[in-house]
Amino acid sequence: MLTSIAEIIDRTRAHGVPMWQVVLTEEVEDTEQPEGAILERLDERLATMRSAVERGLSSDAPSVSGLLGGGAHRFDTWRQSEASIVGPFVGQVIARAQATMEVNARMGTIVATPTAGSSGILPAVLFTAANELGFTDDELVRGLLTAAGVGQVIVARASVSGAAGGCQAETGSAAAMAAAALTELRGGDPDSVSHAVAFTLQGMLGLVCDPVAGLVEVPCLTRNVSGAVQAVTGSELALAGLHFPIPADEVIDAMGEIGNQLDEKYRETARGGLAATPTGQRLATSVRWEGPGFENTNAARARDLAREAGITPDG
Amino acid sequence: MSVFDIIGPRMVGPSSSHTAGALRLGLLARALLGRTPERATIGLHGSFATTYQGHGTDRAVVAGLLGMAPDDPRIPDSLSVAGREGLEVSFEPVDLGAAAHPNTLRFDIAAGEDTVSLVGASVGGGAIEVSQVNDRAVDLSGRFDTLLIQARDVPGTTATITQRLAATDINIAFLEVGREKRGREAMMIIQTDHAIPDSIVDEIEEYEWVISTRRLSKVTD
Repeated sequence: MLTSIAEIIDRTRAHGVPMWQVVLTEEVEDTEQPEGAILERLDERLATMRSAVERGLSSDAPSVSGLLGGGAHRFDTWRQSEASIVGPFVGQVIARAQATMEVNARMGTIVATPTAGSSGILPAVLFTAANELGFTDDELVRGLLTAAGVGQVIVARASVSGAAGGCQAETGSAAAMAAAALTELRGGDPDSVSHAVAFTLQGMLGLVCDPVAGLVEVPCLTRNVSGAVQAVTGSELALAGLHFPIPADEVIDAMGEIGNQLDEKYRETARGGLAATPTGQRLATSVRWEGPGFENTNAARARDLAREAGITPDG
Repeated sequence: MSVFDIIGPRMVGPSSSHTAGALRLGLLARALLGRTPERATIGLHGSFATTYQGHGTDRAVVAGLLGMAPDDPRIPDSLSVAGREGLEVSFEPVDLGAAAHPNTLRFDIAAGEDTVSLVGASVGGGAIEVSQVNDRAVDLSGRFDTLLIQARDVPGTTATITQRLAATDINIAFLEVGREKRGREAMMIIQTDHAIPDSIVDEIEEYEWVISTRRLSKVTD
């Protein structure tokens, strides 16, 4: 069990291997599975992640509630227009983060990385890196291992559950994982990876979990966008040689401590923050599923209410 | 904690704790009963009580009770499937106390004369912790193949079982033995690194002091 980033770095030095290899070796020892079988299974997960991104970018289908749908596709078109200033890398990250979250919100198949509510971030960063920087699938699988190592440390020291630690525990963890993977893929040494984790997570501290109508839609989708962009920023700061003065492990501990102090209202109960706003409450009373089946007669009404309130259904 | 807990599960959305984790708790409750339940009352504690519909927890729990995996495409439609398979479900908010994890479920499920209960929490990313089985305190993560043995409290039962498993090279990860009252019923909970084959379970059931066995296959990587 990996319980600190410092320990992972020590092992990279002791064995002269990169971080992803430390995580892989630990998995082999823990599960008694051969390396090849672990890599193959991760490759399957990567394929599911890719397929979710592709479906999300190409489909306009609405979410179960009707609050989301088509935003990823619309943004992807916009970012390629001359009016957009965001640039190809971050532009694609923003579009892809939305894509997985839209698929998730319509009960499509995704890979929780580390949770479903934060499943947009890691694929957005990894597949954009592959597209823009030419990483192979084998390299992306190594990225998954580095990300998993950071995730394991966060679970050991804090939490990845929004109900336990707020949104910082979900999108903050996912962003830290993505920053670590991106930094190592781009040739950063273990210290840079550690600083990328610290830079990324410090910017997500304190973020509450306040899902409107209790749905993993608003603001979860756009928080995945924020987290994915934060991951790119954290990786860039670290690779530029900047150092965050608080070590990654202590930033993670701070996240855990803040999570423990968060009022229950801000831990996935849909009772505080955006969920408790007048519009949030109105949506909560209108978005309800009565009885079995997938048909939701209230979805159209929820959409109208959202429009009336100035929320665009595209999230 | 495997890398596949962090990069996974592969699942139908929208929430790993409210959907995939809730489904896994349903799977364990089903395994405890030993078949598809006919009646199920699901108690929702904490965050589950307020957001279960939005996160698809109702569909996920029912999918688990029906034996579906977390990535089964029928999950969004599980309430209809339950209707067709003769499973009646009701949901109700419960207060399991301040110490209970905010995402805790209580299952009271039945088929025919058999009834079982299970209390478990979905602790994030699809991971679960079962804290009660039939109102008895336990500590199960669903990460190991588990054998529950209800037995009469006579000397030598634990030794007999562990020797039988050792003879088959089945490694015991955790072993817990408890009893209600001296000389009455005891419960043995054996979590193993490898699945226990049918033939061994059949053999164990033949011991005259064994009242019943239940196998809970692992539901988490």
